[in-house]
Amino acid sequence: MDALTDTYMTDTTQEKPADMIMTARNVDVFYGKKQAINNVSLDIPKGSITALIGPSGCGKSTFLRCLNRMNDRIDICKVSGDIRYAGQDIYAPKVDPVALRARIGMVFQKPNPFPKSIFENVAYGPKIHGLATSKSDMADRVETALKQAGLFDEVSDRLDEPGTSLSGGQQQRLCIARAIAVQPDVILMDEPCSALDPIATAVVEELMDSMRDDYTIAIVTHSMQQAARISQKTAFFHLGELIEYGDTTQIFTNPKETRTQSYISGRIG
Amino acid sequence: MTDLITSEPAAMPADWTVRSPHRIKRARAETRFRLYGIVAIGIAVAFLASMLLTIFIGGAGAFTTSKIGLDVTFNEQVIDPSGARDPASFRGVNYRPLITGALAEVFPDVEGRQDTRALYKLISTGAVYQLENMVTENPDIIGTTQRVWVSAGTDTNLYLAGKIDPDMPQELRQLTERETGWIETLKSAGHVKTDINTSFFTNGDSREPEQAGILGALMGSFFSLIVCFVIAFPLGVLTAVYLEEFARKNRLTDFIEVNINNLAAVPSIVFGLLGLAIFLNVFNLPRSTPLVGGMVLALMTLPTIIIASRAALRAVPPSVREAAYGLGASKVQTTFHHTVPLAMPGMLTGTIIGMAQALGETAPLLMIGMVAFIVDVPTSVVDTATSLPVQIFLWADNPEIGFREMTSAAIIVLLIFLVLMNLLAVILRKKLERRW
Amino acid sequence: MASDNTALLRETRSSKKLMEQVITLGLLLCSSVAVITTVGIVASLVFEAFRFFQQVSITEFLFSPHWSPQTAIRADQVGASGAFGVLPLLTGTLLISFIAMVIAAPLGLLSAIYLSEYSSRRMRGWVKPVLELLAGIPTVVYGFFAALVVAPIIRATGSGMGFEISSESALAAGLVMGIMIVPLVSSLSDDVISAVPQSLRDASMGMGATQSETIKRVILPAALPGIAGSLLLATSRAIGETMIVVMAAGLAAKLTLNPLDAVTTMTVQIVTLLTGDTSFDDAKTLAAFAIALFLFIVTLILNVIALKIVDKFKEAYD
Repeated sequence: MDALTDTYMTDTTQEKPADMIMTARNVDVFYGKKQAINNVSLDIPKGSITALIGPSGCGKSTFLRCLNRMNDRIDICKVSGDIRYAGQDIYAPKVDPVALRARIGMVFQKPNPFPKSIFENVAYGPKIHGLATSKSDMADRVETALKQAGLFDEVSDRLDEPGTSLSGGQQQRLCIARAIAVQPDVILMDEPCSALDPIATAVVEELMDSMRDDYTIAIVTHSMQQAARISQKTAFFHLGELIEYGDTTQIFTNPKETRTQSYISGRIG
Repeated sequence: MTDLITSEPAAMPADWTVRSPHRIKRARAETRFRLYGIVAIGIAVAFLASMLLTIFIGGAGAFTTSKIGLDVTFNEQVIDPSGARDPASFRGVNYRPLITGALAEVFPDVEGRQDTRALYKLISTGAVYQLENMVTENPDIIGTTQRVWVSAGTDTNLYLAGKIDPDMPQELRQLTERETGWIETLKSAGHVKTDINTSFFTNGDSREPEQAGILGALMGSFFSLIVCFVIAFPLGVLTAVYLEEFARKNRLTDFIEVNINNLAAVPSIVFGLLGLAIFLNVFNLPRSTPLVGGMVLALMTLPTIIIASRAALRAVPPSVREAAYGLGASKVQTTFHHTVPLAMPGMLTGTIIGMAQALGETAPLLMIGMVAFIVDVPTSVVDTATSLPVQIFLWADNPEIGFREMTSAAIIVLLIFLVLMNLLAVILRKKLERRW
Repeated sequence: MASDNTALLRETRSSKKLMEQVITLGLLLCSSVAVITTVGIVASLVFEAFRFFQQVSITEFLFSPHWSPQTAIRADQVGASGAFGVLPLLTGTLLISFIAMVIAAPLGLLSAIYLSEYSSRRMRGWVKPVLELLAGIPTVVYGFFAALVVAPIIRATGSGMGFEISSESALAAGLVMGIMIVPLVSSLSDDVISAVPQSLRDASMGMGATQSETIKRVILPAALPGIAGSLLLATSRAIGETMIVVMAAGLAAKLTLNPLDAVTTMTVQIVTLLTGDTSFDDAKTLAAFAIALFLFIVTLILNVIALKIVDKFKEAYD
């Protein structure tokens, strides 16, 4: 894993055309009879932050949840089309969603630490996936994850305290640390800052930017400023369709579609 | 990604689609856990099924009974020696000679007191009342000979239903070889038929299984539930109205709420003791009556009705109240003209469910003496009575084998009533439920 | 004319107000019936128990290991006072309740988990009514089944394996009572499990935990206080249950923890002491009220604790 990221870091620093770690082709999603996603095709480049923006109800969260099959948990939700991770069709019958989610982690809108200690929260992933070889190895993993999430210094002296005792921003970083501890390739973030105050948001945004070297991030956000600040790629969704997808700078400065133009200038909301 | 595979294959993370031993172990644990749940549900369902099956198979026989056809000569000398045809005089006549006479026609060679008595035991002791009723209803049959189908005796019934093991040693069997021989003779001569056991539905309790019925217990339950409803429904609904619509949140209402919640969890037998100590001993209300039974059941049902009614009131949207207030209606008017009628279906549903619970309740009724052996069918709330579940308890306790079938049959009747009440609640909820 | 009108208005308004107050008072009176009932229960139990303790010392009642409430036929009879130690009744009650909970806790909890986390909506639609049916069957029916079917089966199985099992064994009564309580445990735990926020499930599943790992490591620990509360409520129900034990458990008060023995319970003794001819002066009938007071206190404490725990738990996730 480390070797991989090392190799990859050299990759990005050399500004090579990025590899697509996830590809989606002609994705339709239905909730019962209602179509939530209509024929979306979108590639996510490795080692970058891809932002999915659009008015609420546009399907951006639904699409994000297709990428690690979290929608499986909803009975009436039917996904069709072709979504690949590392070249493998993730909806193929032999694919175990459990294994998939270990590679593609998720951070949610509201910070949702488990009602356990800070340590136990982060150790949860390595524990279920059997990653740690010993107690000290586990402690190392927890420490590394907390450090990567920029939380270690704040909580190092109270790892036994419940995760719910932290502030909102700290809780969200704890959830990110928890996701990181599984060592995923991709982290999906579903409006991770919408429940946070501006200062906590700034800290989390900084964290995401620093994580870009090790992880591919796809983030759903309702804040265009946030998308502009942190992402390299931006996809604009409207009414279940992907309207426009491209480099963030291009989308925000020179959108090709009038609907994108209207949205970023605040006319669709 | 693809170029990485060629350049540095060893550094790739393990192919995530490969099922490692660890992952296989986890998948197995998942399957196992899922199975535990299914097994748990399966055990509960299997228990229910075997219980219902046992009861239905065991009780089905009680709904039919064997009848013995006798050619009874309604001898005027026996019934009305004076010839006055006074209906009152038909009561109290000993009709037994008519039956023994009819039996003697079939079995002319059975003689002697002991033997005729043994023969008479094949017929139910209730047969004489059947003849008495026939004569009272239609005195014209006096002097004629009629084929009368009378109930078979307890043991005859068991034998004909195949419930007496012929391989059992003579001393332990209810019927001797000779007696079963008589029954076979009757059978082959066409004097035996199987009929619907009407007395099960029309009689009160009896010491003889073939004469015992559930009507007394049913009426007892019915009167108790009436009393229970009359007390518990208005009290429950009004309490709910007070707590939801009128009460300010203060110590007193908190206290009332805690009280109701705790009352819901008090063991039912304790309510029986309350009835015994207060209703019977302090107020001297009549013992063993549906009146007291219904009062005790009402206090037990009250929490259920209150809780359901409050939920129903809460489900009425505030906009309805606001609309009424906006027109200048007072609180009482708003509540009783608008809110309560809208909540009524929910309240009724809760009440029916509470009544169903009350119908199945046994223990508190034992405490207030509704457990006596009562033959007469009660006709009012102050007659001594039992109730259906208490009757089941009494019959289940009766060692006589004939009552086992009756117990199951009474349970079937009780369950049917419970199912009907619950169905009514479901239908009411579905029909009258408003979607806001 | 105008002044007349306002006077009229004032008058109707004040009479209306009076009416409102009267009705409110009436409603308050209705609500107080629940309180009066509780007061009535406590008063009657305490009063009769007090009369009992005038004849039998409270220490004997609580600590004597003997229970044999014979009544004296003659006043000078030996052992006329009988023995009134509640201990064997308490152990009998606890033994049967324990057996019931050993059955009901895993079955109820596992079925609640399966129904809330795994089953399809259709299966839920079938299984829930079946469980409700189990809950709706009167206890006298369970008692009949326990005495007629379950006890003989247990006895036969036991003797097949070389055990001597009483036909009124604690095991038979406890087993059937356990099944009776399954729906209660199941529906209470179902409520509690559903109250655990969906976000915790998402978090766990989103990290690649399997469903059973999520349940065992996240949901159940989070729901633990609520589940404990439900189990306490169910235990209280088992302790107060009457008909099953009256019909399937014995009358012999025996200080034992062997589930194959016949034991008696507090509720069985109340029924035995108070059915038949009851005169209200001898220790025998008054003892029933002392037991009932004891039973009432025990179940009340369990309920209060359980409701507190469940309330606290629900608040935590509101």
